Amino acid sequence: MSKTLLKVRDLETKFFTQDGVVHAVNGISYHVDEGETVAIVGESGSGKSVGVMSLIRLIASPPGKIVNGSVVFDGQELMDLAEEDLRHIRGNRIAMIFQDPMTSLNPVLTIGRQITESLELHMSMNRSQSRERAIELLELVGIPAAASRLDDYPHQFSGGMRQRVMIAMGLSCNPQLLIADEPTTALDVTIQAQIIDLVDRLRKELGMAIIWITHDLGVVAGMAERVIVMYSGFIIEAATVNDLYAQPHHPYTLGLLRSIPRLDEAHRERLVPIDGLPPDLLDEPSHCPFAPRCEFVIEKCWQENPPLETVADDHLSACWRDISEIRLELDAGPAGGAA
Amino acid sequence: MSESANMNGSGEVLLEVRDLKMHFPVTRGILIQRQVGSIRAVDGLDFDLIKGETLGLVGESGCGKSTTGRAILQLHRPTAGSVRFEGVELTETSGPDLRQMRRRMQMIFQDPYASLNPRMTVGSIVGEPLDVHQLGNSKTDRQERVRELLEIVGLNPYFVNRYPHEFSGGQRQRIGVARALAVNPSFIVCDEPISALDVSIQAQVINLLEDLQRELQLTYLFIAHDLSVVRHISDRIAVMYLGKIVELAERTELYENPRHPYTEALLSAVPVPDPVVEAKRQRIILEGDVPNPASPPTGCNFSTRCPKAMDRCFQEEPEFRDVGDGHYAACFLNEE
Repeated sequence: MSKTLLKVRDLETKFFTQDGVVHAVNGISYHVDEGETVAIVGESGSGKSVGVMSLIRLIASPPGKIVNGSVVFDGQELMDLAEEDLRHIRGNRIAMIFQDPMTSLNPVLTIGRQITESLELHMSMNRSQSRERAIELLELVGIPAAASRLDDYPHQFSGGMRQRVMIAMGLSCNPQLLIADEPTTALDVTIQAQIIDLVDRLRKELGMAIIWITHDLGVVAGMAERVIVMYSGFIIEAATVNDLYAQPHHPYTLGLLRSIPRLDEAHRERLVPIDGLPPDLLDEPSHCPFAPRCEFVIEKCWQENPPLETVADDHLSACWRDISEIRLELDAGPAGGAA
Repeated sequence: MSESANMNGSGEVLLEVRDLKMHFPVTRGILIQRQVGSIRAVDGLDFDLIKGETLGLVGESGCGKSTTGRAILQLHRPTAGSVRFEGVELTETSGPDLRQMRRRMQMIFQDPYASLNPRMTVGSIVGEPLDVHQLGNSKTDRQERVRELLEIVGLNPYFVNRYPHEFSGGQRQRIGVARALAVNPSFIVCDEPISALDVSIQAQVINLLEDLQRELQLTYLFIAHDLSVVRHISDRIAVMYLGKIVELAERTELYENPRHPYTEALLSAVPVPDPVVEAKRQRIILEGDVPNPASPPTGCNFSTRCPKAMDRCFQEEPEFRDVGDGHYAACFLNEE
């Protein structure tokens, strides 16, 4: 077993807005081992991005506030760290790449300048050293004629190339943990395949751990070792990738898997959508957050929010119902499937 | 291309597109603008739409799939080519005649936030096409029809006086669908109708579109970049690359027996939500990016990225032709 790199306990982030308190992340706990890829899956508003941004305190405050929780990274508690000290970890030992490569690069600085900035800051390199390293990094992420492209501006690169630049920036200080927030969502499938291939290769070469945030269950299946499913600011299921797809325990995960069309489906079957709307995060969570949309809801679901409990080896789920009963109900017939 | 007049071999042809071209001028100069080139967004398309079918149009961003949809509806006037809809040549139709035709063809847009006027109520959004085409005879008729449309798309008719911001993305997309249905069209261009929606909501909208097609005998041109969704909803699929259709076939045939290297690569790049399947799959990783449509490569458009390119591909352009049973492809590899 490899060593635990990141341990998150009871992390809770809220936004205090004019309309009320937004319960973005409601006490989540998980861990990431060294060199491992963990995917966090969820829809928009599930708290997946805020959850990881909170790890390195990238939450605008006000209105945001990390109310509670502990984040231990490589034996060090990050929540107690002074802003100054955290800055040595952020962008250095924990790097982040964002969804939109258009808006996360500075349009008026050359690519070279943007990569060398963090090298000079964190690795105290001088101009020529950092330039040298920047060329190396661009070559590593597969940008042709790297040396000559260093003085180009972001608009001279295509979307896929920009995302490569972002990855090069993320890798510049040899991070132990790379947080990738929907890095391929804005890209075309063939370019997405290139980027996934690249990140996976780099992970193996450099031995870093990855937290990959996405809403695409297809991408997860191909690259993650463990998957965390989030809904309404809660972790509702966590398992190894094979278990999650073969034996989903939570009705939401089950519903997601049944609602997406598959490229390899043999027959054209009717999709089974999840009824209803995503939750309103302004509501104080008191019952199971998925209860209003759940086909298998029982009385208890409305009274108490189920805790995340072990249901099998390496498999956690937060549901009052027993999965075997749910499966029986599913087999018994279409449970209001025609919506 | 007369032999391709009826590409499906069966059914009544609703829409016939021949050698459709849509080039946008690139100009230079501020006061005196002169044309220095053109972006060949759509560069010679041939296909038919059979009544009641769904033709999926897939391709990556910038390949011209949305422009194709707009050029068919004459929202962009095509540079060249012919678009015949129910026997009427649309490229030569204008003014009131074209407006008359637009009653038969509607469009659903990608972004449910940008495509609905935030200052109009749902009732006036859905009712506007009725006014434009003078369909609601009396005020009560119009109200009745709007209520009926909201019910058809699964919205509570009680919502007629609400504004778009009071709805979620999926509900807004339903409003867009209701607006398109208002004039009783026979043909709808769906331009990425679900890509802006949450995963759990997408299936709701897909099912709605499928139900409406069955009930109202609609014909869809379904434009999307998500191949899994396109495969699910389409009868036939056309794959576009850099302004051209490179392959067109029945959905299962295209998936099981792709005859163009780009289709193969595209299919292999789509992730499947199943770790066991994913572990076994061989991904074809294409090198580089899509070329600039202002200066497409000579020969085959795909030659610069094609893993199977031969000398010939860089000089000649392969013909888009039938390679058997209504399966069309544009690649020299099919000639042996």
